[in-house]
Amino acid sequence: MSSSSTGMLHLAIVLFTAVFTDNILLARFLGMCSFLSVSRQVKTAVGLGFAVVFVMTFTIALDWFAYRYILEPYAIEYFRFILFIVIIAAFVQFIEMAIERYSPVLYQNLGIFLPLITVNCAILGASLFMVIREYNLLEAIIFGFGSGVGWMLAIVAMAGIREKLNSARIPRGLQGPGITLIIAGIMALAFIGFTGVLTGR
Amino acid sequence: MDMFFIPTAIVSAISALLAGVLVFAERVITDYGDVQVDINGGEKKFTVRGGGTLLENLTLQKIFIPSACGGRGTCGYCKVKVREGAGPLLPTEEPFMDGDERSTGIRLSCQIKMRNDLQIEIPEELLTIKEYECVCDDIIDYTYDIKQFRLSFPNGQRMKYKPGQYVQLLSPQYEKSSEEVYRAYSISSDPTDKDHIELIVRRVPEGICTTYLFDYLKKGDRIQINGPYGHFYLRDTNAPIIFIAGGSGIAPIKCMLHHMQNTNNPRKSVFFFGVRSTKDIFLLDEMRTFESKLENFKFIPVVSQPEPETRWQGETGRVTNVALDYLKKQTDTSQYEGYLCGSPGMITSSVKVLTELGIAEDKIYFDKFS
Repeated sequence: MSSSSTGMLHLAIVLFTAVFTDNILLARFLGMCSFLSVSRQVKTAVGLGFAVVFVMTFTIALDWFAYRYILEPYAIEYFRFILFIVIIAAFVQFIEMAIERYSPVLYQNLGIFLPLITVNCAILGASLFMVIREYNLLEAIIFGFGSGVGWMLAIVAMAGIREKLNSARIPRGLQGPGITLIIAGIMALAFIGFTGVLTGR
Repeated sequence: MDMFFIPTAIVSAISALLAGVLVFAERVITDYGDVQVDINGGEKKFTVRGGGTLLENLTLQKIFIPSACGGRGTCGYCKVKVREGAGPLLPTEEPFMDGDERSTGIRLSCQIKMRNDLQIEIPEELLTIKEYECVCDDIIDYTYDIKQFRLSFPNGQRMKYKPGQYVQLLSPQYEKSSEEVYRAYSISSDPTDKDHIELIVRRVPEGICTTYLFDYLKKGDRIQINGPYGHFYLRDTNAPIIFIAGGSGIAPIKCMLHHMQNTNNPRKSVFFFGVRSTKDIFLLDEMRTFESKLENFKFIPVVSQPEPETRWQGETGRVTNVALDYLKKQTDTSQYEGYLCGSPGMITSSVKVLTELGIAEDKIYFDKFS
């Protein structure tokens, strides 16, 4: 086999791992805040999910360039937290403006949660994993995209379950956050079962 | 030293660069281009630069939608029907909409951002509303906190209004207010005096507009108004009338009485005028004149807390109670039409009293101060 097809296989593994076996939300527990607060309706969950996929894919690429061409040459890698956060914040601001301009419906549905993406730790987390695992640019983008899809998968699944729960009888003490956390725990158990099946490193 | 400064400089430079990009993007992206507004299916069309609110842009087009809060989304008056182009109902609008309004597409024009072409419907009567550059001819003190302002229209212009309607007056920027605000005041003058209108204004402590009118406006100054507005006008029936007003709420009723006198209207009518103390009473002579000129008109001032030393001989207590006692003695109580003007509290209790006496709610007209 040529090296390019093993490269392709490697990328596929990175993607698969990021989506399923090493899901950033359910295996790494990053981005819980918006996962719990915006998972009431599938429609909004899908919207936020797409926003995360989009933001994650692009910020990870931007962060990769910033790390490779600014932080590393000057040996100031310890600034990566600040720089990554600044880049993510600016990018989200930009996207927010664009969505408000071009899709008022989406803007209204995401509402105050769009700025929340700025402080969504999953996004910063993905960029930091990229550094730790020493991905190249292509791997980083695939990883960012996969992590976003994984996050979206988890929140949409959660929203679907919560929509079903609307018609379920839940003991009063468990209603709201209680049952949501229990569901999140069970979903996480299911995903953790995959851990180690493939490692995209 | 360099170990500290260079990294800091690098990170700062990148942050500044990103901030610059954002500022630039805001300029470019939030430019919504030209937006066309179509009113009443093509009756009137105009094109404006997008980005602003619908209310702002209608005002610029000299189409005046009533608004008391000046576009902050707190009064709920600036409702228009939007057929297309406004997007979903916003959380800021929801408190002002009932079920019917939600389903027919009524929106608050001050909350709608102009992003794309809009199709809206505005009642015919609002399209007749115009703006006038008036001159303040005269200011009269009625009581310690109520003044009458007489305004004259610019040459040749006249306002066609129904007795009881109100105008909006623009309080310009002045020493105590950095913003322009519109406030609504009823027309009190005789409709046959077509070159002038008079407004009766009670001073609101710290009020932006009344402070301007009371402390800054002088005879001969220019003042901008627009109008007329409102559904509070005398209906053309033969039913007996009960007027109830408090304080400066006398204004629209005075205008209606002028109109009745001009048209020799023989309708049976009674006017209960509620004030707190005897020093709040004004226009007594004018009302007595109406009593002598109008065949079947009776004026009854009611003082809620008369000062003992004035030996007030007239009615005392709450104006609604006095009106209730009077109506109970009438044989045709349920035939009356009610015209009410005053504070929300007074209106609410008056409506309650009148409906309890068997007067249909759609025969009770009012103008609530807010």
